[in-house]
Amino acid sequence: MPFRLALLALLRHKARTMLALLGIAVSAALLLDMVMLATGMRDNFQGFLLLRGYQLRVAPKGTLPFDSDATIDSAATLVAAIARVSGVVAVSPVLGAQSQTTAHDSTVTAFTLGIDPRVQGDYELLRGADLADSVSIVANERWLALTRHRLGDTVQLAVGYDPQLRTVVGQRAFIVRGVARFFYTGTTQPTIAMRLPVLQEMGGNARRDHVSLLMVKAGDDVDVEAVRARIQAAGARVSVISLEGATAQVEQRLAYFRQLALVLGSISLGVGILLVTTLITIGVNERAGEIAVMRAIGVAKRSIVTQVVTEGLLLSGVGAFSGLLIGLVTAQWLERILADFPGMPATFRFFVFQPHDAGLALGMLGSAGVLAGIYPAWRASSLPIAGTLRREAVA
Amino acid sequence: MSALVQVRDLARDYSMGSGPVHALRGVSFDVEQGEWVAIVGPSGCGKSTLLNLLGAVDSPDAGSLTIAGERVDRLDDRAATTFRLRRIGFVFQRFYLMPALTAAENIELPMAEARIVRTERRARVQELLGYVGLAGRADHRPSQLSGGEQQRVAIARALANKPALLLADEPTGELDAATGLEMIDLFRRLNRDGTTIVVVTHDAQMAAAAARRIQMRDGAIIAEAVT
Ligand SMILES: Nc1ncnc2c1ncn2[C@@H]1O[C@H](COP(=O)(O)OP(=O)(O)O)[C@@H](O)[C@H]1O
Ligand SMILES: [Mg+2]
Repeated sequence: MPFRLALLALLRHKARTMLALLGIAVSAALLLDMVMLATGMRDNFQGFLLLRGYQLRVAPKGTLPFDSDATIDSAATLVAAIARVSGVVAVSPVLGAQSQTTAHDSTVTAFTLGIDPRVQGDYELLRGADLADSVSIVANERWLALTRHRLGDTVQLAVGYDPQLRTVVGQRAFIVRGVARFFYTGTTQPTIAMRLPVLQEMGGNARRDHVSLLMVKAGDDVDVEAVRARIQAAGARVSVISLEGATAQVEQRLAYFRQLALVLGSISLGVGILLVTTLITIGVNERAGEIAVMRAIGVAKRSIVTQVVTEGLLLSGVGAFSGLLIGLVTAQWLERILADFPGMPATFRFFVFQPHDAGLALGMLGSAGVLAGIYPAWRASSLPIAGTLRREAVA
Repeated sequence: MSALVQVRDLARDYSMGSGPVHALRGVSFDVEQGEWVAIVGPSGCGKSTLLNLLGAVDSPDAGSLTIAGERVDRLDDRAATTFRLRRIGFVFQRFYLMPALTAAENIELPMAEARIVRTERRARVQELLGYVGLAGRADHRPSQLSGGEQQRVAIARALANKPALLLADEPTGELDAATGLEMIDLFRRLNRDGTTIVVVTHDAQMAAAAARRIQMRDGAIIAEAVT
C-alpha cells in the first residue's frame, strides 16, 4: 500500500513530476559524465602514449615528436647505434610527410608515414595485408572514403608538392593492400603508411636517410630513465624523451581535473536532492489533510514515512535511470565531437564507462533519494492530527 | 459489567494568543455496548474536541477515558495509533477519502495497515460495499461518486477492522436532506446490527434517531435525554 500510495501521489501531478524527473535525470547524467570523463582521462592517457610499449621517443634536438618539420639525418647509423645501447629491445624509425593523390576532380592530401613494418608502433591492421613490398600502402578509412579507393586498387601518389612551382619531388604507383587504424592521428585525418625507404627515396635529397622520430622500446625489467640517459649520451644531435615523465606530469594536471569533476558532480547531485525535497515537501503540504486522516484512522507514522521516502526513491530512481541513459548518449556524442578535433588521435577515449561508475552514480542518487525524502517524511509523520483535520475542515 | 466507554472529568484547553480556551471543562458520561449516542449543541461548544479525545487523535489535559478496558488518555503515540486502527471507526463531516484510491482501495487501506491477508481483505471489502449499498461502485474514485456515496465509502472504511466504537462528526453536514435521511437509515441499521455509535450532529433528525442525546454548551454537558 505505501508503494502504491507513493506512486499515485506522484502521478497525481504528472507535469510537475515529469519536470522533476527531467531535472534529476540531467543532474544524474552530468554526474555520470563527470565520473566517466575523469576515469577516461586517467586510464587513457598513459595507455595511449605507451601503446605498443614504446616508452621513449627520439626527436630532432629541441623538439617534441612531430612538433616541427625538422628531421634527423643519418638515420640508419643512429638506429644501429641506439639498437646497441644496453636495455634497448626495439627501435622503430618513423618519417612523416604529406602525399597527394588525385581522386576524381579533387586532390586528397594525406598524412603519410614511412615505417618499418617489423617494428612499427603507429597502426593496427584492420583488414587486408601489411606492407609486404615497396609498392604496398595501408590506409585508414578516411583516406579510402575521400579517394573512393578500395583494397587492391592502384593509386598514383606524389610527395614533395610545391604549390608555387606546381611540381612534385617524387611520384609513384602503389597498390592499396590494407586498411588500418592509426593510433596517433585523428579519424578525420586521411592517413597512409608505406615502407620507410620508399618514402625517403620519394622525398629526394632532402629526405634521403632522414627520419622524423624514433620510437624506442626498453626491456620490461630495466630502468627506463637509465636507458634514456644512455641513448642521449650516444646521440648528441637528438632529444630523448621518456614518456613516463611526461605522463606523470599530465597525470598531475588530470588529478586537478578529477577533483573538479567530482566537485561539479556533487553540486549537481546536491541540486538534485534539493529538487526532490522541494517537490515532495510541496506534495506533502498539499496532502496534509489526507495524511492527517490516514493517521486518524490508524495508519502508523512508520507507514507514512515509508510512503514519503518511497516517493523520493521513485523520483530519484526513475530520474537516475533515465539520467544514466542520457549520460551515456551525451558521452558518446561528446566523444564524437572531441574525436573530430583536428589532430585528436583515434585511440584517445575521453569518456570511459565502467559499470562500477554507473553503480556508484546510481548508489549516490539512491541515497540522495532517501535523504531527499527524510525531511518531508518527518514533516508528514509529525503533523498534529486533530489540528490539521480542524484546519482542513475550516478551509 | 462496566460500560464500553467511561468518560470522567475530561478537560481540554487550547492555548491561544489571547489566553487559554477551555474547550472541554470536565465532562463525564458512560456509553454502553451497543448504544447509539448523539452529542448536540451550538457550534464551538466542544463537540469535535470531545470526539477527537474519544477517538484518541488528541489527548486530554485532565480526567480519564477508558474504552473497552483501555486507559486511552495514557496511551503514547504508537499505542494510540494501534488503538485507533483496531478499536475505533472514524467518520468525518467531509468524507476525507483518499482521492487517488478507488472506493475498494479506500476501504482496504485500514485492513492493509492491520496486516490482514489480501484475500481476506478483498472478501471483506466486497461484504462492506454490499452492506453500505455500493456493490457496483468498487472501482470508482471518490471524484466519480456523489456526496452520499462517498460518505457510505467512508463508513465502510470505518467499519473495516470491526471497531468497538464508531465515531462520526457531523456525518450529514455536507449532504442534502434526502441523502441525509438515507444516512440516518444506514446508521440505524448499523446500530441494530450491534455497532456502538457516538455521533456529533447539528441535524435534528439524526439526533432524534439516536436512542440517547447529550446536550453540550461551553465545554460542558448541560442535559441528557433518552428516548
Ligand atoms: N486546535 C485548536 N486550537 C485552538 N482552539 C481550538 C482548537 N480546536 C478547537 N478550538 C476551540 O475550542 C472550542 C471548541 O471547538 P470544537 O470542539 O471544534 O467545537 P464544535 O465541534 O462543538 O463546534 C472552540 O472555541 C474552538 O475555537
Ligand atoms: Mg465541530
